[in-house]
Amino acid sequence: MQKNIIIAGVGGQGILTIASIIDLAAMNLGLNLKQAEVHGMSQRGGAVESHLRISSDEIYSDLIPLGKADLILSIEPMESLRYLPFLSPEGMIVTATEPYENIGNYPDLDELLKNIQESAKHLLVDAKSIAKDAGSPKTFNIAMLGAASAYLGIDAEELEKAIGMFFERKGDKMVEMNLRAFRLGRENCDN
Amino acid sequence: MKQLLLGAEAIAQAALDGGISGVYAYPGTPSTEITEFIQKSPQGKDQLVRSSWSANEKTAYESALGMSYAGKRSLVCMKHVGLNVAADGFMNSSITGVNGGLVIVVADDPSMHSSQNEQDSRVYGKFAMIPVLEPSNQQEAYDMTRYGFDLSEKLQLPVLLRIPTRLSHSRSVVNRKKTREQNALNPSAEKGKWILLPASARKNYQGLLEKQKEMVSLSENSIFNRVVEGIGSRAVIAFGIGFNYVMEVIEAFKLNIPVLKISQYPIPQDTVREFCDKYSDILVVEEGYPVIEELLKGYFGNSKFRGRLDGALPRTGELSPNVVAKALEVNSKEIQNVPEIVVGRPPMLCQGCSHRDLFDAINLVMEGYSQKQVFGDIGCYTLGALPPYSTISTCVDMGASITMAKGAADAGMRPAVCVIGDSTFTHSGMTGLLDAVNDKSPITVIISDNDTTAMTGGQDSAGTGRFFDICKGLGVEEDHIRLIEPLKKNLDENVAILKEEFEYNGVSVIISQRECVQTLKKSKKQLTETE
Repeated sequence: MQKNIIIAGVGGQGILTIASIIDLAAMNLGLNLKQAEVHGMSQRGGAVESHLRISSDEIYSDLIPLGKADLILSIEPMESLRYLPFLSPEGMIVTATEPYENIGNYPDLDELLKNIQESAKHLLVDAKSIAKDAGSPKTFNIAMLGAASAYLGIDAEELEKAIGMFFERKGDKMVEMNLRAFRLGRENCDN
Repeated sequence: MKQLLLGAEAIAQAALDGGISGVYAYPGTPSTEITEFIQKSPQGKDQLVRSSWSANEKTAYESALGMSYAGKRSLVCMKHVGLNVAADGFMNSSITGVNGGLVIVVADDPSMHSSQNEQDSRVYGKFAMIPVLEPSNQQEAYDMTRYGFDLSEKLQLPVLLRIPTRLSHSRSVVNRKKTREQNALNPSAEKGKWILLPASARKNYQGLLEKQKEMVSLSENSIFNRVVEGIGSRAVIAFGIGFNYVMEVIEAFKLNIPVLKISQYPIPQDTVREFCDKYSDILVVEEGYPVIEELLKGYFGNSKFRGRLDGALPRTGELSPNVVAKALEVNSKEIQNVPEIVVGRPPMLCQGCSHRDLFDAINLVMEGYSQKQVFGDIGCYTLGALPPYSTISTCVDMGASITMAKGAADAGMRPAVCVIGDSTFTHSGMTGLLDAVNDKSPITVIISDNDTTAMTGGQDSAGTGRFFDICKGLGVEEDHIRLIEPLKKNLDENVAILKEEFEYNGVSVIISQRECVQTLKKSKKQLTETE
């Protein structure tokens, strides 16, 4: 088993939470993993990404080689395209459709979505409404994790267990709300 | 015991397990997480490991050396440019030597993700003539930190452990070893060792030279230096994290190339000579400067060695599996380009940030002058160099805004204005301000005080709440230490105050004080979580 996943977004959108949950699930399964993340200056509203590699064999590079990512999981539509050189020809993009417009020259959304559709296999997710249905806009990232969960090579059950572990110290309500977002996101990807 | 850890955290955990009594550091990406991990660790609290932030890397290094003097193990952490600040103590401590184990972790930032340069700290290790350890992965980061303390106590020298951003900020599962006790208090009684008067310094320096042979021999036998067998006339020497990229390519393309992995310096000369004699084409893979490649190539450029110097690998920037694949002449299939529609998303000041309101005010005042340059410093507010503000004209090194403004004022530049953050001011700004006071240089120092070391994630700032007293103590006239609150509603008032002080023919300080919005958010969140 081997999965290379790029998780993309804008600093502050919670991509490290997604990565941590997948990490936990992979570790619980006894898999090898490496997960490189961005700290420092870029976290101030800049483009951020995490390279997450899971494998039953030894993993050497912390970075995914170009053309070797199985999945780009993006919390923001334009950011999903920034890492296209990493995507393998068979790879897939799962992205939120809600733009994060903190720059003046943000491109036309329809054009962006068209580009995504032409670039790779894709799943476009309205994570904003899923998060709203789950009970809080803050569950946006977990809704995206749910939407991508069928492509991670890890059972949903294990991911749910990891969500429970991750949010445990924030109380039962947080755990339940995030599990709800995860399941609603997952239902979305079954469609 | 298994644990999922960042490279930085693996070092912290190993130091805790290896019996340190203290960690000393000033925050700096990508090294900050080491100290933060120890600060948050219940194990650190149980073992009473001292861990609060130091004012700068120099005070951190010297405190760590003092703890070592007293017989206990100490860890000191900094980013690569921090070692420039600590270099005085660092260089001389290799001549005094240490007592309790002392490991200095320096996190380099090739590609300058969050830095002003990509200097390679291995050069400093060689400069000080001490062992350098360069782990290739998180497990080695753990193991080599532990080993570093043993090595330091064995050789009675500080040991430098060097990691790049990519290892510091990447997680993996790490196997921990049994914890051991801290050393007992046992201050060094050898006066001659610690007093670097010329006579004893010469003697100690001789001692350091004599230790070099033993250091090489330890490298020859180090389990962290090894050969991965292969066939053919082509080979690779890979250093530190470079080894991972080489192995990634070898596995992916099913190559059978021999690799000499080196993670402990000084380089094991016999091993390297023996290895190089066998092959006619050797790729040298180093993360950072071509430090060893230059030595292997020699003055006249032995062409059997390829690497960063001859363009086989890029001269600058961090390595990746793809640049190594290209150097080994195997290429991955066609890759897609980033579509043209994608535009850059650079970092920017947060919405509601106090620096924003300060820059608005400064820009309004500067409109009245033909001279528009404002000296800047290192922190979030360096982003004030970018549009929409474009207020800041310089960013060189910690504290340089004040001293550069002073020099420019001495040369006749008016107004000579600088902006420095609170933490940067206590790091390296205070002495420069004293120079300006003593010289009566007409400058205005604006301390943009947001109560924290914000850029690195909100660590304690050394002078919080005391800037008025500090400036007064340094001799700035009380009437010319002005306090402003950078808020939109205060804009007119703040502009007037700035204007007055820019016009003053002497040293003035403006303390622009409002809490960082990020730390404010964090403390509010913690409050609601505990409620």
